[in-house]
Amino acid sequence: MSNFLNKSDLNRKDVDDIVSDTLKNCDDGELYLEDTKSESILLDDNKIKSSNYSSDLGFGFRAISNEVVAYSHSNEISKESLRNSSQNLKSTLKSSKGTYNHEIPKTNNKFYEDINPIEQKSLDSKLEVLNKVNDYLRKKDSSVKQVTASFSGEQKSIEIIRSGGEALTDVRPLIRFNVSVMLEKNGRKETGVYGIGGRQSYDEYLKNDNWKNVCEEALRIASVNLDSKPAPAGEMKVVLGPGWPAILIHEAIGHGLEGDFNRKKTSAFHNLMGQKVASEGVTIVDDGTIGKRRGSLTIDDEGTPTEKTVLIENGILKNFMQDRLNARLMNTKSTGSGRRENYKHIVLPRMRNTMMMSGQHTQDEMIKSVNRGIFAVSFGGGQVDITSGKFVFNCTEAYEINNGKIGSPIKGATLIGDGPSILKEVSMVGNDMMMDPGIGTCGKAGQGVPVGVAQPSILIDKMTVGGTRL
Amino acid sequence: MIKDQEYLKSKALYCLDLAKKLGATDASVTVGNSISETVNFRNKALDESNRSDSLAISIQTFVGKKKSSISSSNLLDENLKTLTEKCIETTKITPEDKYNSLPDQDLLAKEIKELDLYDETHLDNDKKIDYLRELEDTASKDEKIINTESSFSENRGNFILANSDGFCNGYKSSSFTASCVTVAKDENSMERDYEFTSRCHLNDIIKPKNLGNIAAEQTIKKLSPKKIGSDKISLIFDKRIAKGLLSSFASAISSSAIARGTSFLKDKIDQQIFSDTINIFDKPDLVKGLGSQYFDSEGVKSETLKLVEKGFLREYLVDTYNGRKLELKSNGRSGGSTNLYLENGKMSFDELFKINSKNLYITETIGHGTNLVTGDYSVGATGFLIENGEFKHPVNEITIAGNFNDMFKNITLANDLEFKYSVNSPTIMIEGMTVAGK
Repeated sequence: MSNFLNKSDLNRKDVDDIVSDTLKNCDDGELYLEDTKSESILLDDNKIKSSNYSSDLGFGFRAISNEVVAYSHSNEISKESLRNSSQNLKSTLKSSKGTYNHEIPKTNNKFYEDINPIEQKSLDSKLEVLNKVNDYLRKKDSSVKQVTASFSGEQKSIEIIRSGGEALTDVRPLIRFNVSVMLEKNGRKETGVYGIGGRQSYDEYLKNDNWKNVCEEALRIASVNLDSKPAPAGEMKVVLGPGWPAILIHEAIGHGLEGDFNRKKTSAFHNLMGQKVASEGVTIVDDGTIGKRRGSLTIDDEGTPTEKTVLIENGILKNFMQDRLNARLMNTKSTGSGRRENYKHIVLPRMRNTMMMSGQHTQDEMIKSVNRGIFAVSFGGGQVDITSGKFVFNCTEAYEINNGKIGSPIKGATLIGDGPSILKEVSMVGNDMMMDPGIGTCGKAGQGVPVGVAQPSILIDKMTVGGTRL
Repeated sequence: MIKDQEYLKSKALYCLDLAKKLGATDASVTVGNSISETVNFRNKALDESNRSDSLAISIQTFVGKKKSSISSSNLLDENLKTLTEKCIETTKITPEDKYNSLPDQDLLAKEIKELDLYDETHLDNDKKIDYLRELEDTASKDEKIINTESSFSENRGNFILANSDGFCNGYKSSSFTASCVTVAKDENSMERDYEFTSRCHLNDIIKPKNLGNIAAEQTIKKLSPKKIGSDKISLIFDKRIAKGLLSSFASAISSSAIARGTSFLKDKIDQQIFSDTINIFDKPDLVKGLGSQYFDSEGVKSETLKLVEKGFLREYLVDTYNGRKLELKSNGRSGGSTNLYLENGKMSFDELFKINSKNLYITETIGHGTNLVTGDYSVGATGFLIENGEFKHPVNEITIAGNFNDMFKNITLANDLEFKYSVNSPTIMIEGMTVAGK
């Protein structure tokens, strides 16, 4: 655990006094201290292209009065700097007459260990794996023209100091291993990307030469795409594979169920609580408590323990995801969803691991039932317009379905749909629920946070596929 | 107060000296400080104030052809010493790469022309609030507008770049940015749109009334959209979307994508890639330009480049490392393009809509459907159907798709270029793309 005040001219009592004094007429707020060590090592074009190490230390001081948030952050942890921030917050909220809410739930759970993954594996052995990846892929297939492989790891230590001196701490490890390969054959170039990661040491993910499986998967996706033909354009049936394609759920439903957009009534879901928003059999949760997953957190960035929040139960909208601010203004409780990218950013209600639960059907049944449609197995990113509810995501591996059979692979295409109605088009939910491999980063208001997704295979009766073939 | 040049310089030189003493054959250090103050409004009331003060140092050390880098926000000498030591240590065990080096000395920037990138005016938060209040009063006038969110931010930065070949220079810059997002509602739909303004100098930003008016008008126009059928029709890209296509072009001609072979524009130098009316420039020395620079992030001087001349690709955006790989000299683009723009066409905005009887005017795209390896493009879109020059109805929940190789050759330009961002384009028409809808 970091001692944040070490080497500063502050002692603990100074800090408690400044925090309590600043927040005395406020409804909520805290001092958030953060120390992040991170590294990234990149192999590209047959060489170790870069090895970077970074250490970032800073604080974010937040005061909330009714709906107004005042925030000030700095990377100088000193008496002068903290007092300047305090002054800045007080001047913004000069007429504040709130009563500080001291209540915050406690937890003894821990969903990952206090490790520093960077220190647990030597630079030499990381370089060795990256070089092996490069050699393996280039030997394996002569059409491999480019290989990029990377490790990134971090340890983020945080401390939250609330008015009255209550302190909450967490140490969060996170790693990611990624391989991207480009093939060239008969003048065509295609890439395939695959990655793994989560909140454990590098070696947990590299057991039994698991890096080979990552290489194989990247290579497989690229090879499939080399034979792809232009995607069809128009409305049709879509079968989504299990696991990572659940970013559909993340974009189509997840963002629209975040507390802030609903308090502000700018989400297409804001007046749908308790109503049917999905087909029967569709249950979606957002869970921060799954051990060692990329989107899991022991406590959120306001100190609230995370939980498994049921968003949609058997088709009915049950809950929004809340941070403390939006929960207070909507007369409910925080769901432990208050997150920030780092100390430079304010807290927002965010997703953790968003998952659709398993149903009864097999993937085979779904494919057989489709006359004309596509089968989407892997995706790049997605995006949503919260207000209109329209969302998109990009296929990186997809196939045509003709008369109940999987046909040729098709080129990457964007799929577009309408969030509040798409889940009503789900006519089969698979029995093969799977988590993603641990690679997701969600962006909102310029802040990226690590998230996870999971789903079984699903059949959507109508979606627009953005290909070029009419 | 923003840290001055002397302070930043002392930190940079401290690390450079130390790196040399510890065995670095070369080194470069960037130290920067940025301060930003932002005020957010929502429905005519204060919603958030945010002050940010960030220090950052990044150190790059070379031992022969080995290279490594480190970055931190902690500028205490003791921490800098630990980091520099760690950086050298890592460098020594990193494999050699023959292309690693500092830039050629004769390419480093020497003379510096004043570009007026810094405005020292400070606007108190109360004044920012006045601006936003006036903005939102205007934006919310129409009863269809049910939510307004706006933001004013004042940003200033200062930095020093120093390397062991004696380069040591830096400069201040500022920006003032205001934005307005409005949500409109009618019996059929709820829609959102925005407008924003960003300038180096406070006096140059758009007046609050105008900003609020534009955002509200654009949002209300989008109400009650319809989906259209799948079709190949002429697409007209609003300037704010056209600039995105131009940014994709810039990424595809970056020397790193070219050297790695992962760009659809590899080996296309001196070939025709656009229709023959197209000229594309990148101008680093635009006075008060949002993308202007005195030198690039390696200290290399940069001059105006004519990237595309009458449709022919003439230059890549080259940095030192990838330049050496491609046997090209750096043209001062290690940070990418500067002020990139498509030169105006001959036609007015209105005339562009008269070429074809049926047009889809695209005002927003969503998604990341750009593949620079293949040039394939497929994104979600919203816009308006325009027939015979007349507005028919708003359109949403469609996608537009094509391939840049074809799209670039089918561009027709309007003559309404303005310098609003660091990448700028007039309104453009592209024929032959596919719309997927019903």
